[in-house]
Parts: sequence; structure tokens; C-alpha cells
Amino acid sequence: MKWFIDISYVAVAVVFILGLKAMSSPATARKGIVWAGWAMIAATLVTLFWPGMQNFALMIVAMVIGGSLAWWSGKNVAMTDMPQMVAIYNGMGGGAAAAIAAVEFARGEMHGGMVALLAVLGALIGSVAFSGSCVAYAKLQGIMKKAYRFPMQNQLNVGLAAVVGILGLAIVTATDPDGWAIVLFFVLSLALGVIVTSPIGGADMPVVISLLNAFTGLAVGFEGYVLGNPALVVAGIVVGASGTLLTQLMAKAMNRPITNVLFTPMTGEAQEGEAIEGSMREMGALDAAATMRYANKVIIVPGYGMAVAGAQHKVWEMSQLLEEAGVEVVFAIHPVAGRMPGHMNVLLAEAGVPYDKIFDLEEINAEFSLSDVALVIGANDVVNPTARTDKSSPIYGMPILNADQAQNVIVIKRGKGTGYSGIENALFYKENCSMLYGSAQQAVGEIITHVKSMEG
Amino acid sequence: MEGIVYLYVFVLAAFTGYEVISRVPVILHTPLMSGSNFIHGVVLIGAMVVMGHADPDSPLQLTLGFFAVLLGAANAAGGYVVTERMLAMFKAGKKKGAE
Repeated sequence: MKWFIDISYVAVAVVFILGLKAMSSPATARKGIVWAGWAMIAATLVTLFWPGMQNFALMIVAMVIGGSLAWWSGKNVAMTDMPQMVAIYNGMGGGAAAAIAAVEFARGEMHGGMVALLAVLGALIGSVAFSGSCVAYAKLQGIMKKAYRFPMQNQLNVGLAAVVGILGLAIVTATDPDGWAIVLFFVLSLALGVIVTSPIGGADMPVVISLLNAFTGLAVGFEGYVLGNPALVVAGIVVGASGTLLTQLMAKAMNRPITNVLFTPMTGEAQEGEAIEGSMREMGALDAAATMRYANKVIIVPGYGMAVAGAQHKVWEMSQLLEEAGVEVVFAIHPVAGRMPGHMNVLLAEAGVPYDKIFDLEEINAEFSLSDVALVIGANDVVNPTARTDKSSPIYGMPILNADQAQNVIVIKRGKGTGYSGIENALFYKENCSMLYGSAQQAVGEIITHVKSMEG
Repeated sequence: MEGIVYLYVFVLAAFTGYEVISRVPVILHTPLMSGSNFIHGVVLIGAMVVMGHADPDSPLQLTLGFFAVLLGAANAAGGYVVTERMLAMFKAGKKKGAE
């Protein structure tokens, strides 16, 4: 029986890799996850026949509870809340890896060398991923609103990491490690995850979630070695590597090197930037409708504000109306629009916006100067020209959408507040920019009414 | 298996992971992160094996094993549902659009 399980695991690992590969292209992406899903079911089923297993009743109960709760919550969560769901499921994977190590310790069968070392490393990384992901979830869900900074934050991080590392080494080298040392090790590892992620602002959370995702992959890979289970090793390490790459891509898009994200949290203090001159101009929905209805080209820049208001369907309805009137309408998406790279594309796809209307930053940026209207809906930092000019700004150097170069800029915004990073937006004070205050849902609804009344 | 063989597996798997996603369009980054989140849900089978070999007379081992399986199952099930939901929408969008 064991050889059959081994062969099945090889097949499962291959299908996982093929599934990931398929998920990297829009045409095959859906097939990819379905394949991987079947592979996961197959892996679970053959594992039930692993020789010498017992405790089946409890095992099945745990699987049913964990699986059905996660399945139900995943089915019912709103699309805008997806990032925090990814975070919490990821944390659970990290927790599972840490718990595997804990059972191995409790059985007392870990004796020195590579096995103990990787078990301890996996336990540490898994615990950090678990508690860190819980913090990330709490922040994105709005349970934990503030960034908590401890005095001497960076020294505290490094100090605690050093203590955990030394304790871990002591456990690895000890012939018969003390039970309480192991408990302390887990407690401190969990605390490390909380302390490292607590001061990080919500704007940097996607990078953190992606990093923790890679962490969990590593932890799973290490525990796979401990258990002598190559399927875990391959799947875990593949995710660890791809997650690291994805983290780099995100950090690059936000111009926030990963070390900055972790060690110098973005705060509101360091914003003694150049004073912004000029004043904001307000505009009514009627004027906004007229400006766009009689334009040749409109570029829509959607942001998280639009997603929160659930206005993507209305926005698509509006752009269809404008197109019927002969206006060219396209969407410009910043790499970190929404809460994660690609999140906004998912939300627009949900509303039915076809791919060929959606453009990346590199593709669209030259077009702003050729367009009549840039309609910014609930986006802020990603169109802030300060990022190009003001060296003292915390977002200096971040690639932005050049919405300010359009003939007219219309900004739909709830109020006069600053963006997610808390930075004043110089765009709003420019002469070609008008503000349309209101929730995206309601403002776009009014524009639709006015555009309709201009028909014929 | 020998330690050195595992070292090869680690290195090759790392290259594979890097290669597989190096040509992903930005629009798929979130679904892909979610998908890889699902893949490491395979930790479930490790948790099952550990739970299956836990001493039935040790409440500590059983409790820890129970949580390992519960969390692993949640990772796998939740990761699948969320990824599938995101990608299903992409398919619908594509039909209406270019194809």
C-alpha cells in the first residue's frame, strides 16, 4: 500500500505544479485550480490508507469542522474582502505546519541533526505566519484599526528574533529538550509574528500577506522533510519560491523595498513635505456628466473606494452609456489598486468589464495626455503627482498613473480626507482638477441619470 | 531519504516555483497568490499522518494533532473556494469580451 501512496504523491506534486502553471494565464487559470483541487482530494483520500494510522474518528471530525467552516466562509465573503480571507487561510496553513512540529516534539522522537533543525525552523516560520496572518486579517477587516508601534520597535524585533533563534538552537542541540522550553519557544514565535506585523500600516499589508504566504510554504516544506513526505516538500518549497517572487513584484510596484515595509513602517509623521498650493474646486454631477458625454476619450481610474462602495457595476453601466454616445472609455489600473496586485481586475471582471478595456500602468500612462477626461473614482495615492516630484514625500518614487496630465480630471471622493497612507494629494489642488463629493455608488448613479437625459 | 537528496529536491522545487510564475500577467497576481495559498494546504496530509500516529492515550498529542488537521483542512478548503470564485469571474468576463 505504501508504494501506491508514494506514487500517488508524486502524481499529486506534478499536478500541483501544472495547476500553478495553468493559473498563470487567464485562458487556463480556472482549469488550473480545478486540477489542483482534484489532486488535493486524491492526496487526502490515499493518505487515509497510510499504514499504521489510528485516531480516524477525531481526524475526520477535525477535517469536517475545519473544511466546512472555511468552505462556507469562503463562499459567502464579499469579493472586496478576498485579501483578508487569503490572509486568514494562509495563517491556518502556517498554524497547521507549526502544530505538526508540536506533535512531533510531544512524541519526543526528534533526535538532533537535520530533522530537529528543520522541525524547529518550520515551527518558527509557521508560528510567525499564523499570528502575523491573524494580525493582517484583523487590520484589513477593520477590527484592528491602528498601527501599534512599540518603543524601539526595530531593536525589539531583532532582539526577540535573536532570543527565539537561540532558544530554537538550544532545543535542536539538546538530547532531551525540556517541555517548557518548547512551550516558551512556540509562545515567543507567535509573539514575534504579532510584534513584527502590528506596526505595519494597511497600505503595506498586501506585501506582508504575500510574504507570509511564502513563509507558510517554507514551513510546510520543512515539516515535509521532518515527516519524510516529498509531496509536502515539493508543494511547500514551490509555493515558498513563487511567493517570494510575487512579494518582490508587489514591493517593486509600490516602491517599498521589503526591508522598508518590515522595519520602517509608513507613518503620518514624516510628511513635512512641500506645502501644496492652490485650492480644491468642486463640481456637480451634471457638469461631470456633460464633460464626459462630449469628450472623445475618457480614462477611468478605479480605486479601492469604488470597490468598497460596490460601485463597479454602476461604473461599467456608465461607461457603456458613454460608449453608446461615441466616447472611447478605458480603465487604467495601478498595480496596487484595490488591496493587492490584480485585485481591482478581479472586481472589474465581476462587474463584466472585458479584458481589452483594462490597461496596466505601463500601457496607459502615455495616453493620459491625449485624453479629455481622467475620472478618478475612490483612488488617491496612486494618482498623487507628489510621488514624481517631492523627494521628502514618503511615496516619492512610487510609479503613479499620470491622471494629472489629462485635459480634465474629475475625482469622485467621499470627503476631503487623505488616502490610505495619510498623504495630501497635490492632484486635487491642480487647476484642471475638479472634485465630485459623494460615495462612488451615488455619484456615478447621478452621472448616469444626467448622461441619459442628454441622449438624442 | 538521504539528506542530500532532499537538498536537491529543495533546490529544484525552488527553481520550479520561481520559473512557473515568472511570466504571470499582473491581473492574475491576486488569484495566483490565492492559488498558491491553496497548494500549501497540502499540509493537511502531513497533519493527517501525524494525527494518525499520535498516541491515543496522550491528550496533548491528540489535541495538537486535532488542531493541525483542522487548520490544514481549513487552509485547503478555504483556499480552493476563494481561488475558484475569483477565477470563475475571469472566465465570465472573457466570454463577454474578446472571445
